[in-house]
Amino acid sequence: MEIKKKATAGTLESSDIFVQVEPNDNGIEINLTSIVYNQFGEDIERTVKEVLSEFDVKNVKIQLKDRGAVECAIRARIETALKRAERMGN
Amino acid sequence: MRRSMLFMPGNNSGMLLNADALGADSVILDLEDAVSPQEKDSARILVRNALKYLGYKGCEVIIRINSIDTDFWKKDLDEIIPMKPDMIMPPKVSSGMDIKVVENYMGEVERRHGIEKKISLIPLIETALGVENAFEIASSSKRIKAIFLGGEDLTADLRCKRTKKGDEIFYSRGRMVMAARAAGIDVYDTPFTDVEDEEGLRTDAEFAKSLGFTGKACISPRHVQSVNEVFSPTLEEIEYAKEVMEIIQVAKEQGKGAISLRGKMIDAPIVERARQTLEAARALGGAF
Amino acid sequence: MNKVVKSIKEAITLCGLKDGMRISFHHHLRNGDHVINMVMEEIANMGYKDLTVNASSVFDIHAPLVTHIKNNVVTGLEVNYMGGAVGREISSGIMQKPVDFRSHGGRPSDIETGRTPIDIAFIAAPSSDNMGNCSGKYGKSACGSLGYAFVDAMNAKKVVVITDNLVEYPLYDFSISETYVDYVVCVDKIGDPTGIVSGTTKITRDPVGLMMASYATKVIQSSGLLKDGFSFQTGAGGASLAVAKYLKDLMLKENIKGSFGMGGITSYLVDMLEAGCFETLMDVQCFDLRAVQSIRDNPRHREVTASHYASPTAKSAIVDNLDVVILGATQIDTDFNVNVHTDSNGFIMGGSGGHSDTAAGAKLTMIVAPLTRARLSIVVDKVLCVSTPGNTVDVLVTQRGIAVNPKRGELKERLQASGLPVIDIHDLKNIAEGITGVPKEIKLGSRTVANVIYRDGTIIDTIKNTL
Repeated sequence: MEIKKKATAGTLESSDIFVQVEPNDNGIEINLTSIVYNQFGEDIERTVKEVLSEFDVKNVKIQLKDRGAVECAIRARIETALKRAERMGN
Repeated sequence: MRRSMLFMPGNNSGMLLNADALGADSVILDLEDAVSPQEKDSARILVRNALKYLGYKGCEVIIRINSIDTDFWKKDLDEIIPMKPDMIMPPKVSSGMDIKVVENYMGEVERRHGIEKKISLIPLIETALGVENAFEIASSSKRIKAIFLGGEDLTADLRCKRTKKGDEIFYSRGRMVMAARAAGIDVYDTPFTDVEDEEGLRTDAEFAKSLGFTGKACISPRHVQSVNEVFSPTLEEIEYAKEVMEIIQVAKEQGKGAISLRGKMIDAPIVERARQTLEAARALGGAF
Repeated sequence: MNKVVKSIKEAITLCGLKDGMRISFHHHLRNGDHVINMVMEEIANMGYKDLTVNASSVFDIHAPLVTHIKNNVVTGLEVNYMGGAVGREISSGIMQKPVDFRSHGGRPSDIETGRTPIDIAFIAAPSSDNMGNCSGKYGKSACGSLGYAFVDAMNAKKVVVITDNLVEYPLYDFSISETYVDYVVCVDKIGDPTGIVSGTTKITRDPVGLMMASYATKVIQSSGLLKDGFSFQTGAGGASLAVAKYLKDLMLKENIKGSFGMGGITSYLVDMLEAGCFETLMDVQCFDLRAVQSIRDNPRHREVTASHYASPTAKSAIVDNLDVVILGATQIDTDFNVNVHTDSNGFIMGGSGGHSDTAAGAKLTMIVAPLTRARLSIVVDKVLCVSTPGNTVDVLVTQRGIAVNPKRGELKERLQASGLPVIDIHDLKNIAEGITGVPKEIKLGSRTVANVIYRDGTIIDTIKNTL
């Protein structure tokens, strides 16, 4: 999947995660903040990489602001952002 | 046993986490009115993942999809059907034809994913035409396990005011119960919309029960407990039902035809009602 | 004779403050308190060093304490509760000497028995006369009960009352009497009323909180304790208040006449008193304006001292006659030990308050907490800090089931017989981690930044520095 434009998904509410993806020229750039970073930071990064690879995204700048979302919500928000970024037009 | 159906907004990840822990017999994960048009994609994916990962072992899961006059409903089914939810709730169903349209596409998605189970349907009837066609809708597909009356949209369609007392939907309630029972399925009442008014809720639920409704939908978790209580058999009802079944047994053994209990003739409808009461009591176990 | 002096500075001088002394404060003005900051600023300006501050609690408004600690004005700190603003700094290790945490019962006990003798007590008083008869019930900064301040007044070598409402002698409805008071200072403002008591405390609207409250009420109902003479304490958290409301409806329905409600008092307990659910309220602290009004106007609403409330060395205390207490937790482990001192990252953000006292005294100690908070399970293998020992905790109520301490087999049977969803605490933890995933263990440092002193005087746990 090619990231064609900037797109966001999710919210900053508790138990949710805000995700923003942007086109990137050289590879994958992850910027993660999380209120449970000490407990789940590595897990979340692994989840991000898994979802990117599932959708075959090779170049993306992805920013995540996590408010304690569980894994299935993190996956959903990333997938939504990616699909929105792939869609052309508005 | 399904007494209460609790609506949960489909795009709220925090609420989805606890949807099955709020005491409702069923939760309705909503992709329709609770989700803005710009977030339809987001909610659909979130609900799909919630079904996939969270399991919802504690209760039945119903997904309210978008109506068939939108661009969303097919995509909703594409994502949701593979997760095999207990039921799909199509909104604004006005005829048996509407059900055919939904059912055909559900079949298509099921075949595509090799799903053998036929996912059930609980049509939401909330238009004047839908109420007039209630029996036709209720009997239009074997997938349909219940019908559900939506009072808010209906009163808009009727061009009348929605009131707490609900005289304006009295006819529709009766018609829905008649149609559902004639088709041999369950029937659910419209939610009570004043979250703060617990007494009003109870009155409304008791009235719906008296008309023959199986249960009631809730828009607030705060209403779940009262709805469950109202639509559960009472201890007195259970005691009476037990006595009926006992005396029937005795009568059978003694070869008696007509019998009476507490000075009242026990006939077939009373026995059937007692049987239903005990069935409900068993289904609820110690939950009340 | 007139005890009124011109300024806090003058009072400090007259009391003979010296480096190394222990000074004390109460926390009835909570997050609206100006007195600790005013006094400490004066003390710092006067050049004193190496003081020990013994305050029943420290809130976020007291963040200036951090500067006094860094400047060695304050080198010892003794509290029952500490908000996150100061707590975070303490956790990061700004203090050489560990903070001593006590409980609301342990503090007065240690002051009375001379383990922590107070040199000067500074008592914020919403009204006082010129001789120091003072009360929390009147004035623009009214806070209601002054329960925590009695022990300071009665045991400190010198006592300074600081008020913003100086009234004609005698203030007939005094709480603390002039017999204990050395000096009175009148200032413009002892606090910000909006931070002292809430206008209203409201029950939660959160569906999970209401679900838990409904379970908690049924646990009380099934416990066998809910009968005439029933006594009860609950906190000011949203779910705790919902329990008070549900319990009131239940007691009225079943016509049960309780004996007393205790603790921090909210409008919901006042409602219960007025509806006849209790004979009396035993009030060590008011949480909202209704409680303040009630303690002022209703003779059945009694002010009680912290010692009377919970001291383990008093000849007897109210907690020992308590039937049911509802408490919170940031973590609870599978041995039912409860942490209310640190957050899930190990930063200090709370304290026992009356938690461990009431848990030790009550016949039924119930922790009510959501099973998960923002991807973290409330149930863990081992709490980061033991605030209240598991052998004093009977039941954990979550929205996904109720765990009963294995020591309470008979209670478990009662709850099961009532159809409540009783579940093993290990299973609750597994359910939670099924939702959240398994968290990585938190790494803390090796330096002790705080001691948790249990009500019997033993150190039940130490809090380590965060990294």
